[in-house]
Amino acid sequence: MNFLTPAFILDVGLLAMLVVVAFAVVRLRSLFAIVMLQGVYSLISAAWFVSLDAVDVAFTEAAVGAGISTVLMLGAMLLTEREVKPVPMRRQWAPLFIVVITGMAMFYAIGDMPVFGDPNSIANATLGVEYVEATKSQIIIPNVVSAVLASYRGYDTFGETVVVFVAGLGIVLLLGLNGNAGKWRAKPNGQDVSQIGAEDAS
Amino acid sequence: MTQMLYYINIGTAFLLLIGMALLLARLLSGPTLYDRILAVNSFGTKTVLFLAVFALIIGRDDGVDIAILYALMNFIATIAVLKFFRYSALGISLDDDFIEDEDTVPKASEKKETPI
Repeated sequence: MNFLTPAFILDVGLLAMLVVVAFAVVRLRSLFAIVMLQGVYSLISAAWFVSLDAVDVAFTEAAVGAGISTVLMLGAMLLTEREVKPVPMRRQWAPLFIVVITGMAMFYAIGDMPVFGDPNSIANATLGVEYVEATKSQIIIPNVVSAVLASYRGYDTFGETVVVFVAGLGIVLLLGLNGNAGKWRAKPNGQDVSQIGAEDAS
Repeated sequence: MTQMLYYINIGTAFLLLIGMALLLARLLSGPTLYDRILAVNSFGTKTVLFLAVFALIIGRDDGVDIAILYALMNFIATIAVLKFFRYSALGISLDDDFIEDEDTVPKASEKKETPI
């Protein structure tokens, strides 16, 4: 009965809610509800990350997924319509096929994964041990993850930071979140999107 | 005593999970837009409470830090959503002189009900 610990049952509950939210995101037509559901999705998955002992990942998920992406998605919604256009059925078979194949490949790969916390797995047996042992004498900080990210793989992290900065710059340019943003409205096809609702009401 | 506290924590976590499921149902069905905003906001609060209790159950104190971060992020998201519906723009400063600018603020008479 090792599986029926309370934490396990709570995990199952969280994952069940993730499945419900994922299906709802696919099925719903209202873009606003979808943005809200994406925020809920990352809230739930961050709670699940905490139960998996990945507290740093949960921190990132909470900050990026629930906070910033909701704001960015709302900013993107200002530039588009408020409803998803339905996709005809004949164009849905190819994506379904790709998703099923990818899922089957992932299930196939599960067999090759090491057991959780296995001391003989590659990650725990070779380079990881070196990092853990050398961090205290070489970097002189207690956190191994920070040492790997900021020192051992410093150039890698620097490149990632540049990529993230460029991506953020592109998003800001696209969405117009700069100083003029309050006075600027999107006008696709010469039509003021932000005024459509007002015309309908009057 | 410790054992009893443990069971109380687990019971609280399950009740919070049920509450989250109910809020999720409201979020999915929610007839109006404001039901959805309220549902998301309370869902965030429920997640904060759940994380704090869950951190006690698995014996990791870091969970409380994440719970605090959640509370902050929830606030940012709610402000963004409300600004989205009040001004149809996110880059508006909330200073008083800016709000009095007639171009940016829709008058009460022409306030729109966004079809969502």
